[in-house]
Amino acid sequence: MLLKRIIPCLDVDQGRVVKGVRYVDHVDCGDPVQVAQVYEEQEADEITFLDITASHEERGILLDVVSRTAETVFMPLTVGGGVRSLQDIRDLLNAGADKVSIMTAAVNDPDLVPEAAVKIGSANLVLAIDARAVRDASGHPVEGRWEVCTHGGRRPTGLDAVDWAAHNAEAGAGEILLTSMDRDGTKSGYDLGLLRAVSERVSIPVIASGGGGSAADLAAALGEGPEEGCAQAALAASIFHFGETTVAAVKEELAARGIAVRPPSGRLSSSNSD
Amino acid sequence: MGRARVALVDYGGGNLRSVAKSLERSGLDVELASEASVIDRADGIVLPGAGAFADGMAGLRRNQLDEALLKALEAGRPYLGLCLGVQLLFEQGEEHGLTNGLGLVKGQVQRFADVDSEGHRRRVPHIGWNEVRFSGGHPMLEHLPERDFFYFVHSYRPVPADERVVVGRTQYGDEFASAIAQDSIFAVQFHPEKSQHAGFRLLNAYCSWVESSR
Repeated sequence: MLLKRIIPCLDVDQGRVVKGVRYVDHVDCGDPVQVAQVYEEQEADEITFLDITASHEERGILLDVVSRTAETVFMPLTVGGGVRSLQDIRDLLNAGADKVSIMTAAVNDPDLVPEAAVKIGSANLVLAIDARAVRDASGHPVEGRWEVCTHGGRRPTGLDAVDWAAHNAEAGAGEILLTSMDRDGTKSGYDLGLLRAVSERVSIPVIASGGGGSAADLAAALGEGPEEGCAQAALAASIFHFGETTVAAVKEELAARGIAVRPPSGRLSSSNSD
Repeated sequence: MGRARVALVDYGGGNLRSVAKSLERSGLDVELASEASVIDRADGIVLPGAGAFADGMAGLRRNQLDEALLKALEAGRPYLGLCLGVQLLFEQGEEHGLTNGLGLVKGQVQRFADVDSEGHRRRVPHIGWNEVRFSGGHPMLEHLPERDFFYFVHSYRPVPADERVVVGRTQYGDEFASAIAQDSIFAVQFHPEKSQHAGFRLLNAYCSWVESSR
């Protein structure tokens, strides 16, 4: 049986972790490679780096971080942020990313997802969607409608988020990373309505993002009940980075709530080389 | 005798860093093989891979890596296939049109159907951690637990014609062959190099197998 995944996410700017990651002992919390190692110790199921470096000229720094991570951490790594072209995707995969996520480029260039799906394969291609609830004239969210935004939620595109997810799943995206911009940073729980609407519509995996503040929030996003999110994975940042809890503790609580997660797998067997 | 040396076949399938590092950590010396001579002199052969079936076959044929591979297998040198490295062993793959594979193992490589045999929706690709149940008589299995969780990321999977080659089984809607073994071949659909402790258990078992076959 396929297990639900817990994915810590690091924001990286010019090769350094931003949004202070504060908790870890004897670790340079600014170094993504060292922070990734800590999450590996906690047996996170994957890790995601989101590059927020404004300048594309500094892409080499990110590629270096990715390759150093791939050499030291033996867990799946997804990298997103600033991916503009097929070449950008190739560069990240060659540096050691397992999956690459694209967002704005998919909006700007309708050929990118289908082309990448054929040349690189759907399984390694994640479509990221930042979605914001559509509001009526009096500011109330309209039931069942979300709009795709870019530029950190500041720029609305006019695209319906559920249709956009379905369109790209059809075009060859292998997974949807679905962030609620209404919930992002609020720790008030994932937008379960949004997650459910997209999960029902597409037949590729969906990763919940935005709003995860507790194990109960993650359980609601991952649960398959009629009022739950039905996501295959949950991404979270601040609850892990600030030491409020660990991946292992969250998994224990999820298991107690009936969510199938990976149990602790035991220590590394001793290698001949060390 | 020094450490056993394996040829990590570089046939254009993308990044080999994680595979190389994890094999080294399991006690093997690793030499990247983009030409046949490296395969000829290795104690074992590892075929990694992500990407499409047809591109993989083209990459193997380009430098006659496929012939060196067949020669090594005839000589009984331990082969470990990962992901595309299991799929290419089969007779035919259906990704972006039918392509002939190496034909060493009888059967096909097919995409998961979007519904399982009971009519339940199955999300494809199959991404994440899933359980592999090992069984059979292969020397590597002596070092492995009966069940372990590994990381998968794939839309296609091998469908062997002969059930006897299956040494690992995984449930995704229906059961599929996640590990196969035949003669000096051991090949898996998942990514041990991304599977933390479980991955190292498997790679350490491969290291033992290579050492005992020298």
